[in-house]
Amino acid sequence: MKSDIKIKVCMGTGGIAAGGADVMNAFNKELKEAGIDASVEKFCSMHKVGCRGLCAKDVLVDVIINGKKTIYQYTKPDMVSKIVNEHLIMGEPVAEWVAGEDYYNFHEKQTKVVLSDCGNIDPEDINAYIAVGGYEALKKVLTSLTPEETIAIIKKSGLRGRGGAGFPTGLKWEICRKVVSSGDSPRQESDQKYIICNADEGDPGAFMDRAVIEGNPHSVIEGMIIGAYAIGATKGYVYIRAEYPLAVERLRKALTQAREKKLLGKNILNAELNFDIKVKLGAGAFVCGEETALIVSIEGQRGMPRAKPPFPVHSGLWGKPTVINNVETLANIPYIIRKGADWFSSFGTEKSKGTKVFALTGKVKNTGLIEVPMGILLKEIIYDIGGGIDKGRALKAVQTGGPSGGCIPAELVDINVDYESLAKVGSIVGSGGMVVLDETDCMVSIAKFFLEFTQAESCGKCVPCRIGTKRLLEILDRITRGKGKDGDLELLENLGNDIKAASLCGLGQTAPNPVLSTLKYFRHEYEAHIKDLKCPAGVCNDLIEYSILEEFCKGCGACIRVCPSGAITGEKKKLHKITTAMCIKCGACFDVCKFDAVKKG
Amino acid sequence: MVNLTIDGIKFTAPDGTSVLDAARRHGISIPTLCHHPKLTPYGGCRLCIVEIKGIPRPVTACTTPVTEGMEVTTINPYLEKLRRTTLELILSDHPNDCMVCEKAGDCTLQELAYFYGLRENRFLGERRIYTKKDGNPLIERDMEKCILCNKCVRVCNEIQGVTAIDIAYRGFKSKVCPPYERDLDCEFCGQCIRVCPTGALTGKMWTLKGRQKDIKEIDTICPYCGCGCNLTLNIRKNEIVRVTSREDTINEGWLCAKGTFGYTFVNNPARLTKPLIRIAPKNSNELRVTSYELKNKKDSEDLSLITRHSSLEKSLVTRHSSLFREATWDEVFDLIAKKFTKIKEQYGPDSIGSLSSARCTNEENYLFQKFMRAVIGTNNVDHCARF
Ligand SMILES: Cc1cc2nc3c(=O)[nH]c(=O)nc-3n(C[C@H](O)[C@H](O)[C@H](O)COP(=O)(O)O)c2cc1C
Ligand code: SF4
Ligand code: SF4
Ligand code: SF4
Ligand code: FES
Repeated sequence: MKSDIKIKVCMGTGGIAAGGADVMNAFNKELKEAGIDASVEKFCSMHKVGCRGLCAKDVLVDVIINGKKTIYQYTKPDMVSKIVNEHLIMGEPVAEWVAGEDYYNFHEKQTKVVLSDCGNIDPEDINAYIAVGGYEALKKVLTSLTPEETIAIIKKSGLRGRGGAGFPTGLKWEICRKVVSSGDSPRQESDQKYIICNADEGDPGAFMDRAVIEGNPHSVIEGMIIGAYAIGATKGYVYIRAEYPLAVERLRKALTQAREKKLLGKNILNAELNFDIKVKLGAGAFVCGEETALIVSIEGQRGMPRAKPPFPVHSGLWGKPTVINNVETLANIPYIIRKGADWFSSFGTEKSKGTKVFALTGKVKNTGLIEVPMGILLKEIIYDIGGGIDKGRALKAVQTGGPSGGCIPAELVDINVDYESLAKVGSIVGSGGMVVLDETDCMVSIAKFFLEFTQAESCGKCVPCRIGTKRLLEILDRITRGKGKDGDLELLENLGNDIKAASLCGLGQTAPNPVLSTLKYFRHEYEAHIKDLKCPAGVCNDLIEYSILEEFCKGCGACIRVCPSGAITGEKKKLHKITTAMCIKCGACFDVCKFDAVKKG
Repeated sequence: MVNLTIDGIKFTAPDGTSVLDAARRHGISIPTLCHHPKLTPYGGCRLCIVEIKGIPRPVTACTTPVTEGMEVTTINPYLEKLRRTTLELILSDHPNDCMVCEKAGDCTLQELAYFYGLRENRFLGERRIYTKKDGNPLIERDMEKCILCNKCVRVCNEIQGVTAIDIAYRGFKSKVCPPYERDLDCEFCGQCIRVCPTGALTGKMWTLKGRQKDIKEIDTICPYCGCGCNLTLNIRKNEIVRVTSREDTINEGWLCAKGTFGYTFVNNPARLTKPLIRIAPKNSNELRVTSYELKNKKDSEDLSLITRHSSLEKSLVTRHSSLFREATWDEVFDLIAKKFTKIKEQYGPDSIGSLSSARCTNEENYLFQKFMRAVIGTNNVDHCARF
């Protein structure tokens, strides 16, 4: 019997890190060695595919026999021979390794637009993209739509920028299209416009844009070409962080292939469109994701934001009208053109249309990349897609929007996830970071973590951000060390609000959000640190003490063996004791005790 | 022209004017630290924030262009609160040593702290600590006092075209410095000192030479080259202690290294203030020995010559007195006329040649050639700039 066998190995950065390449090699070797019927081998094709989201279960492998798909999770090279023998040869999937219910739940509540082809097609082959309808949108635009009509479709779809600010994309394009003079030479016809794709993605924990570029770079390129046609740009840049080598490599490959197919360059698809794209590597400064800093950085200067107005659509790169869009925003464009504005706006809420990709991390069971319709309930994300809180603990809060965002407390878990609803509770959709926190997370420490990030990444240009965030951080630091003072909370609020109001760019204007939102919802926890010198979550080292509970201690001695400072004493089978003065609070005893006899707090 | 309202008063302003300029032009003052009228707007210090109707958050007046119908508020309790916080933050990271600072009395930061009455500081915390390490004899950089207004960076880039300095690092550690934090190695034009609003940049030569309030200002023209930049000599006790330049002059307040730092010759004891007539025989080589000593100082010592100079000069003076005697102008003119006449009679007018100087004014140079042609009778007129 001849079977059509396809094996797909997840080869995004997550997959590769988990050993995707080894798994792929193992398959190649095993297939050969097992001497699988030559006729079978002939039909057996293997693909590298991009990220499919559930990174926690990498390496994911699809085995498709005559169209029937089986998914293996946590695949290791040494598992491959069994899969080949039992599944490919005997026809019996290896049940114990097949992805379980979790995998299906993880995907069921998601709606994939941007990620729909990620993980299905080979990102390094333009024909794979074309085979699933790629570049049809571009053809449609070039053959049957004027730039104005194209913009009208995007406006009607309700697409808003996915880079953080949520500005309506169609409107941004329209303003830029209509600009006739460039900022540096008013009243003069602008000879040049630019479109820039912002792939700087510097938020800690965010990897949405990386996944899109690694998994389906052509969707971004197609979006850019359509954007260029719409606004009248002939040059484009992708500003991408150098820390994403795989994404850069795939992007470059994709650009080369697109040029070969005359999708970039002069007279694209024989239409009157000239457009090409340059790749510009960012040097790892978070602030260079801010659009004006990004522009200055492309111009070859130190990446520091400049004041708006004038906005980039009027005076951007080299003083010329410039549209900057986020990766995910651009990747939506081909699908909107292909399937229609109405199709797109059928997802989401009244003001937030379409889907949004989030990087779901923290204390949920299933961490990874998810794409959900706007307006989905936060609890659906956490409990249905994320599979609930790990280790059966209680949900405490959800941090969204990264260092610019805020913490949403557990009692607000019924809210919809869209621009307006999140803003109402003091957080933001942002670029799509979503960190789930449980009862073992200290909110003061969380705020401090984000402040450490923003302070280190502040460009130093303006006073409120450069010095203000430093002072916020110092106050938070003394609170976590039990040195907080009366009035510190008011000072945090006061200073935080002043920084927000007086800073130059979005970084400073949002940097206090993690502090202000935790102060709003978890003030008691701050007060406990200051007044009772206690860290309720047991995180702040200076405020916790380890002790051994008499009723649980079996005297096994495990803690004595791991304590690096010799602070624990006790005879075998008798109650052990920690000498607090000698304890360095490393927590080793807490982790090692099998009987939960070590108490932290 | 656009029409706009500032603090309830209606004004017009030319297209492209910033809100700050429009306000100042009408006598409305807005505090600034990073603004300089001749440099690209920066928007870093955040002191000039104003409220504009229709814009949800305060914007900086120095960077925002006026638009038709704009309604601007430059002062209200909220804006003043924000400005006060910003200043307090700057001061929380600034050495509290105005009493010994060169810039005291002439410092924008001090002035603002005074007007906002900032004595207490809610934000005291870590302060940047740097060691001063520059080896150059001209520019003193005390970066602990730097408020990162970026004016020095911009003047060096935009006016001087040198780009010797920029901001390095990020966050609280941001710092203005030459590449790789090496010693300053530039043109030493001193433009950066000129624009620095604090005591971060000062001239080494004017350390402890006097505060601005004791200074008498005298305007003059730079004697160094034909550009003829305007100088303002800052005089204390009849001695030039530094040189500045006014902005409303032909050179717009900018000077080069010579104009800024090359003033010490004025009070140099070796300077000739009266005409001299040689008394020693011509073949005496004493003078040559002295200039040889001067020339052969090693390079590294050259830098310190500016200060070490004077002892050498004193010996020069004593040697002078054994070679020359002082005379009056009448006496020397008579002598020169007598000698010229004699040479002319003996060898003809073309045996006399003349060199004039770029350091003379046009009028002087005109007179000079006229004298050579009409009085001496030769066309042998030339100028140092050709050599
Ligand atoms: C500090 C800071 C960092 C930012 N980083 C990014 C980023 O990494 N990627 C991005 O697309 N937008 C980022 N933005 C938002 C951009 O300034 C800009 O709004 C966005 O790229 C516009 O594209 P959009 O309209 O498609 O969202 C950042 C903004 C700020 C203030
Ligand atoms: S807010 Fe922060 S990052 Fe933005 S310009 Fe000011 S100092 Fe730079
Ligand atoms: S002295 Fe002149 S060249 Fe040197 S850093 Fe200052 S402005 Fe630049
Ligand atoms: S040295 Fe002076 S001019 Fe330069 S940034 Fe600092 S304060 Fe401004
Ligand atoms: S003067 Fe406008 S921000 Fe400094």
